[in-house]
Amino acid sequence: MVEVRPWLSILTHVVLVLGVLIVAFPIYVTFVASSHELEALLQSPIPLVPGGELLNNYTAALTKGAKAVGAPVGVMMLNSLVMALGIATGKIAISIIAAFAIVYFRFRFRMTAFWMIFITLMLPVEVRILPTYKVVADLGMLDTYGGLIIPLIASATATFMFRQVFLTVPDELAEAARIDGAGPLRFFWDVLLPISRTNIAALFVILFIYGWNQYLWPLLITTDESLYTILIGINRMLAAGDDQAEWQIIMATTMLAMLPPVLVVVSMQRLFVKGLVETEK
Amino acid sequence: MAGINLRGVVKAYGKTQVIHGVDCAIADGEFLVIVGPSGCGKSTLLRMIAGLELITGGEISIGDRVVNDLEPAERDIAMVFQNYALYPHMTVYNNMAYGLKIRGLAKADIDTRVRKAAEILALDDDLLRRTPRQLSGGQRQRVAMGRAIVRQPSAFLFDEPLSNLDAKLRVQMRLEIKKLQQDLGITSVYVTHDQVEAMTLGHRLMVLNGGVVEQIGAPIALYEHPATLFVAGFIGSPSMNLLPARIGDGGDRVELSGGDSLALPPGRFAAHAGRTVTAGIRPEHFEMAADDQSVARIAVDVVEQLGADTLVHGHFGNDRGGLTVRLNGTQNLQARQVLPMSVRPDLIHLFDADSGRRLEG
Repeated sequence: MVEVRPWLSILTHVVLVLGVLIVAFPIYVTFVASSHELEALLQSPIPLVPGGELLNNYTAALTKGAKAVGAPVGVMMLNSLVMALGIATGKIAISIIAAFAIVYFRFRFRMTAFWMIFITLMLPVEVRILPTYKVVADLGMLDTYGGLIIPLIASATATFMFRQVFLTVPDELAEAARIDGAGPLRFFWDVLLPISRTNIAALFVILFIYGWNQYLWPLLITTDESLYTILIGINRMLAAGDDQAEWQIIMATTMLAMLPPVLVVVSMQRLFVKGLVETEK
Repeated sequence: MAGINLRGVVKAYGKTQVIHGVDCAIADGEFLVIVGPSGCGKSTLLRMIAGLELITGGEISIGDRVVNDLEPAERDIAMVFQNYALYPHMTVYNNMAYGLKIRGLAKADIDTRVRKAAEILALDDDLLRRTPRQLSGGQRQRVAMGRAIVRQPSAFLFDEPLSNLDAKLRVQMRLEIKKLQQDLGITSVYVTHDQVEAMTLGHRLMVLNGGVVEQIGAPIALYEHPATLFVAGFIGSPSMNLLPARIGDGGDRVELSGGDSLALPPGRFAAHAGRTVTAGIRPEHFEMAADDQSVARIAVDVVEQLGADTLVHGHFGNDRGGLTVRLNGTQNLQARQVLPMSVRPDLIHLFDADSGRRLEG
């Protein structure tokens, strides 16, 4: 589209602004709600301009949390952070090594291994959640960070992605390294890892958000409030029973829950885009 | 410093054999060029010397060591790849230093060697700090050579190193490689499909066809005395005219299909009188006939003026064409004209029509 027509340009901007409004409005409402007292939120209509309780609400959320849940949001965020980081780094570490094996080594049942990994792509976590729960429970990993992280670490998607990345690396590079005297591990460490840097970054962003947003698995595996992740925390805050849910705290917590993924995306955006579009190796 | 010895080298992938027993002794300091059409196995042969392909049969030795089962790094060779295979994330300096670092050389030693190689190849400090991405094709090529030089190997292996460069740069780098090899005196094996590179670079030439060595020899020897029809057609540009012919009953003339005949060196082919052969005549060896003793009449189809030469495409008698004649300077010729041409008797090559082998008188 290279036509220059004023009305077309206006129309596209109107559509764009509408889209932004639709996406941003709920977030704005959440933000406004997190800056009022509970009483203001219980009236109708709910306020649409920020109130004066912003600092109080956030401090309360971070240090004390809602009455319905024993743990402060600060702890929950830490739990979520540990889980998200654990899942993202774990997935990347395991899958990059698996992809390295599949692409660069010729061993018996190599393709079988690849296809088995590939087929598990079709199985979402929910399908295998009962057997996984049984295993984790038998291993005594309920209510531990290990139990939260380890079962989610294997990743067919990431393995597949790294395989594709490695396939675009020219064979001559591996051969040049062999002539230079670099063994397989040395080649992996000195050459393959650095040139996959942007892909690793892109995958890290995706996997961090994936890990941060895990809901079903932490819900099953944690009963100890000190191990609640922030998503579970928000859910528990809503289930206040006979008490009034503390909406201002819940909204503040929601805003806080959004923060780390946004930070990760913003700080790694350049690498992220590069990792997805870069082809030259 | 070391020679390379190939003894009955065979390569097979499963049941398909691609290299059928190559024997060749490459002397210390020699520059051997392996040339052949694509798919003839020349790169495979080079990669077997490098240790990147397993050897199915035979023996390869570098210096006095049999290297059949040695890793590439242990063979004391350096290789330059067609796409250079530089490490994209390392600076030029580190690209050259990487192999030395792995070998555990001291930092100061590495630095001296890299600086020296950079000096030989005219890579300045600014270039050494860049990454391959920021270099031009010719510069990358230089760095790839630098990476080979710093290792001070007993042999260089080149796998079509110039085919990714544009024509002008290729000529320039060709000269540089030749000079470099002369100065360093390191045994080199160079694979190419470009016969100009092959003719100009090597001390000796190995012509490979379908995994079989057709001929090994000095470039000019191959040009003057091709051992087989394949070599005759492959070496030289434009390529040699290969014509169905018969040696006359007296053994002193070769009869071409149009009814014309050309004189052969007296007596040399007497034993082959009456034999069906393929006659090979290089385009540049035709001359305008001075007498009508030994004349082939060529009907002109197309004339190409190149300035320095004139290429005439034509045919004999009722032939379909495909005959090329190269005449010096500009010539005033027209299509459909018939030219009386002669060829010096000793410049006519005769090959057995069945086996394709050269007939020696």
